[in-house]
Amino acid sequence: MQILRILLMRLTTTAITLLGVAIIVFFVIRVVPGNPVAMMLPPGATEDDIARLNALYGLDKSLVAQFGIWLSGVVQGDFGTSITSRQPVLGLVLGRLPATLELSIMALVIACLLGGAAALTGTRYRGTRTEAAIDVADGVALSVPDFLWGLVLILLFGVLVPIFHISGRVTPSLDLPFTTNFYLFESLLRLRLDLWADIVSHMFMPALALAIPLAAIIGQLLKQSLKETMNLDYVTLARTKGYGETRVILREALRNAALPTLTLVGVQFTFLIGGTVIIERLFSYEGLGNMAIDAVINRDLPLIQGIVILFAVIFTAVNLAVDLLYAVLNPRLRHA
Amino acid sequence: MSFLSVRNLTLRLKNGPRLLRRVSLDVAPGEVRGLVGESGAGKSMIGKAILGILPGAVEIAEGEIWLDGTDLLSLPPTERRRRIGATAALIPQDPLTALNPSHRIGPQITDRLVHILGWSRTDATARALDLLAEVHIPDPERVMRNYPHELSGGMRQRILIASAFAAEPKLIVADEPTTALDVTVQKQILRLIAGMQARHQTALLFVTHDLGVVSKVCQRLTVLYSGMVVEDASVTDFFAAPRHAYSAALLAATPKYTDPAAGLLPVPETVTASVRAEVEAFDRAMDSAINERGLADG
Repeated sequence: MQILRILLMRLTTTAITLLGVAIIVFFVIRVVPGNPVAMMLPPGATEDDIARLNALYGLDKSLVAQFGIWLSGVVQGDFGTSITSRQPVLGLVLGRLPATLELSIMALVIACLLGGAAALTGTRYRGTRTEAAIDVADGVALSVPDFLWGLVLILLFGVLVPIFHISGRVTPSLDLPFTTNFYLFESLLRLRLDLWADIVSHMFMPALALAIPLAAIIGQLLKQSLKETMNLDYVTLARTKGYGETRVILREALRNAALPTLTLVGVQFTFLIGGTVIIERLFSYEGLGNMAIDAVINRDLPLIQGIVILFAVIFTAVNLAVDLLYAVLNPRLRHA
Repeated sequence: MSFLSVRNLTLRLKNGPRLLRRVSLDVAPGEVRGLVGESGAGKSMIGKAILGILPGAVEIAEGEIWLDGTDLLSLPPTERRRRIGATAALIPQDPLTALNPSHRIGPQITDRLVHILGWSRTDATARALDLLAEVHIPDPERVMRNYPHELSGGMRQRILIASAFAAEPKLIVADEPTTALDVTVQKQILRLIAGMQARHQTALLFVTHDLGVVSKVCQRLTVLYSGMVVEDASVTDFFAAPRHAYSAALLAATPKYTDPAAGLLPVPETVTASVRAEVEAFDRAMDSAINERGLADG
């Protein structure tokens, strides 16, 4: 009941958010100089040619009228046609979405594992040199941005010790039997572990680059709240029962300490998705972010709009997922 | 022979003041000993030291804690923890914070039986259900599946009492178990603890600041002031004629419902000053002993 109500509330606010995003992106990219039509025509085109093409794409109408046409299309699931590739935007964008989703989720998993391990180790050995070392590592990880980590990783594991692929999503010569664009998941489901290994080897470094700063945030925040939880009465009581330190941390403290971290991870995960734009470019990874940069370079207005709207949908979906997960982890909310 | 014997226990903040000063006390099997003192006297610290849950900033400077024939402080940490878990238990002060909010009640009672004592899940659950019935929890099966926030403070304290008795410990430390409760519930909980103690013949160290409670529940008591034992007596002797001036003043300060006109009597300044002088003399003696030893070592 509670969960249904949260869902309904969130869907309403999501619709309003998306409308706001649509308005902003539509008008902002039209304020930025650069005419898409001029980019499509050869240098010798006449004024007449330009006017005709403008009319074809509806660019001769007023901005508000253009917005109205576009929005009514969007509501019906028609995001327009890409100016550069002349294909429907929705198909293009949805075709790339799985690549970016897989990359982000892999990065999130890596961040949770690394950050969680750092936090648990730091708590287990709190007050010792191990904790100090973890704090220093966290600080370094956090103060270097993800794209720089990307470069560092390329140098380390792509050039000096070439054990991972540094470019693309999968080796191009491989024959792909996939029906969806979720290569990572589908290869696993089809038990094609050879393909899976190839895909992971392509994805690991961009995912790790995205994950390192987030791992540092998770590590610091979770350690802090674990240490606070370790002083609470129920943890002290558990100690008198004869449990070892590790068990007390994992079984008594972790779940309660994870709650405040979870909210922040949700917010940070949306930043991580934003980070995919540059990281995908860096690793020539065929995802939404790479497509977005191409679209901006080519002034492909419908495509930019489509990508931004999709990113907005992903962000709100992540926030909703965090809220739901919070309710699942916290029994007090579930039964309220 | 006493089951619990604390010998000359001295606790201090790391590089700081002493919290306990050569405290000794004994609890015989099946005996109930009250541990009385003002707040800050160090009474809870004794319980924490026995159960191995001293805060990180507190260190044991001196002393022995004998539990069932073993000096706990001479054991390696893992062994000590297991020994305490298997023979002693705590009834905590605040039932609202002493249960893990994200676990159901059932596992919070049975986990120790299963993981430390190696019982089967079925046996542990049966045991928990029996105990919940014994502490008068209605519908124990349902309560086992409840989360702590779904239960009242009194219910939670009953559960914590049941949980403390679960592994048939030979010693229970009750750390002001009624302080956080409603006055109407306090009496029931006291009667419950006393009843459980009598049935299970558990030694009980009852930490409290309430002499009225001591007179009802305990056989012997230790009075603590500023980390020093000022009196160790049987309850009958104590209430008939306390030997130490501070104990007498403390006893006189207890409000009497039979004579409300008497009002509240504070412990006289002269008495606390004289005890404090004893404490300072003790500290001086200890410090000079440590200095001499330090000089001899150097």
